[in-house]
Amino acid sequence: MTKLQALPTPTSEGRKEAKLPPRKVSRPRSPAATRMRAILKHIILILSALLMIYPLLWMVVSSLRPNDLIFKEPGLWLTTFEASNFSDGWNALANPFSTYLLNSAIVVLGCIIGNLVSCSMAAYAFARLNFKGKKWLFGAMLLTIMLPFHVVIVPQYILFSQIGWVNTFWPIIVPKLLATDAFFVFLMVQFIRGIPRELDEAARIDGAGHPRIFLQVILPLMVPALATTTIFTFIWTWNDFFSQLIYLTDPDMFTVPVALRAFIDATASTSWGAMFAMSIVSLLPVFIAFLLGQKFLVKGIATTGIK
Amino acid sequence: MSALSELGKLKGQGSKSEGRDTKAALVFLGPWLVGLVAITLGPMLISLYLSFTDYNLLQEPTFVGLDNFVRMFEDARLLNSLRVTFIYVLVGVPLQLAVALLIAMVLDRGIRGLPFYRSVFYLPSLLGGSVAVAILWKQIFGTTGLVNQFLALIGIEGPGWISDPNTALSTIILLHIWTFGSPMIIFLAGLRQIPHMYYEAAQVDGASKVSQFFRITLPLLSPIIFFNLVLQIVGAFQSFTQAFIVSGGTGGPSDSTMFFTLYLYQKGFGQFDMGYASAMAWVLLLIIGAFTAINFYASKFWVFYDD
Repeated sequence: MTKLQALPTPTSEGRKEAKLPPRKVSRPRSPAATRMRAILKHIILILSALLMIYPLLWMVVSSLRPNDLIFKEPGLWLTTFEASNFSDGWNALANPFSTYLLNSAIVVLGCIIGNLVSCSMAAYAFARLNFKGKKWLFGAMLLTIMLPFHVVIVPQYILFSQIGWVNTFWPIIVPKLLATDAFFVFLMVQFIRGIPRELDEAARIDGAGHPRIFLQVILPLMVPALATTTIFTFIWTWNDFFSQLIYLTDPDMFTVPVALRAFIDATASTSWGAMFAMSIVSLLPVFIAFLLGQKFLVKGIATTGIK
Repeated sequence: MSALSELGKLKGQGSKSEGRDTKAALVFLGPWLVGLVAITLGPMLISLYLSFTDYNLLQEPTFVGLDNFVRMFEDARLLNSLRVTFIYVLVGVPLQLAVALLIAMVLDRGIRGLPFYRSVFYLPSLLGGSVAVAILWKQIFGTTGLVNQFLALIGIEGPGWISDPNTALSTIILLHIWTFGSPMIIFLAGLRQIPHMYYEAAQVDGASKVSQFFRITLPLLSPIIFFNLVLQIVGAFQSFTQAFIVSGGTGGPSDSTMFFTLYLYQKGFGQFDMGYASAMAWVLLLIIGAFTAINFYASKFWVFYDD
């Protein structure tokens, strides 16, 4: 079903009006009334959209206000401009904020690479290879999508602390290298199933084995799925708090969410302006990813339907 | 379309024994298999074992039988955390889905400016899980926060929403509703699948908009509503960041935002009562499993599959 088919076409409207006698419930509306309704709908939509993003806009404005005004100005009008919030916030903790941004960037990059490599390999096996126990393994993979993280976190913590990985990024990155984000395996399986098998067959006749078919035929064709995976991994890892809170306790290793949390404790509620400034800094990468990758985000959600 | 329907389909499939690629499968599935054993199944079994022990990370675990589970029944804070979590899930999830469906229906049928509205409504669901937004929420509903500043403009002195045990949880539920964007996008995709002729036919028969909704939209959308419901419930039971940040890690005031996961964190990683935390994790798994099972069972009575 394409977008076009869902649209009410002017001709079908016209036909209906011509054929039918007016009924009590579906009375024909004059063009003016239809127009009024449309305008009213847009006004309500714009108002609710504004209500939705007002808190975010207000946070942006407040990050540029002196502290004593933040609690007095509910509006978005900026009377005094206080850029020092950003420099104050940047240097409020033991390390400059750039340290935490860099740490988060390392974690995110590791997780993206991990998910791309391991999930695409597993997906190829599930979608294209024939092996014993495939049905069961595939079922197990689907079930792990719904497994609460908390059931494995305690033993995982014990394991990683025994091999000395607390306060390193490995406990966060290594699971991704082992394709534990089953959601992306599923997303890629769905995608590979949509690629015509004739392409594999042609490559096989030319003498290509599975590694070559995977690398030279399937991977280039599944770029959209890889892009969706990249963006979701980026946003989820950037926002992830629980595992980073548990594994990263050394201020030198803090990622952005953990640093923000330390910020609340360190400055209490005395410097909201600086805290907002750093919150904005922390949200900016997600916002940019959203702007650049909206197409893949919407597609990813609509076709696989998670988060 | 979804991991859920995929699981159902598995039952009927038989595996063909001819032309197996066992060697290639081992290579491609290798990382995933290691992850399944070392990161997921292994830790699951270990946490099951630990749930029957007393373990503080320093001394060897000692077997205590069902002690941890018995303790839970006498732990008033734990029982309260269950209550808080249930309220959050049972109020937050249906409300969020209702808002998502409502907005999706308004946006359906090729409204002008759809990409704009969709982006604005979707953005909060990407940012909502972050520490930064939780910090923002804490301010918005603070005693001198944004909400009370607006209330003051019309002469009302608002309560300290977050410092009042009666309202603190509602603010977190509101934050959950605020992130209705991703189920909305799934609903939008689902609404597009409904052939427009059904509505035209209903209109010809004189059906009102209300009965069109209940007799066409709702039944045809029910598989997607069901899918969203299952996933959102599974996700909501695991919420952690918002309650942690808004309450400053305490679950206060008066344990009114003490989510089950937050209490688990305090027990496991605050007091290093790892045996108890493991037992809690398994209780969480059983609760989520039970909810999912009930959902699947109940779906027979209201989910309509059009085939």
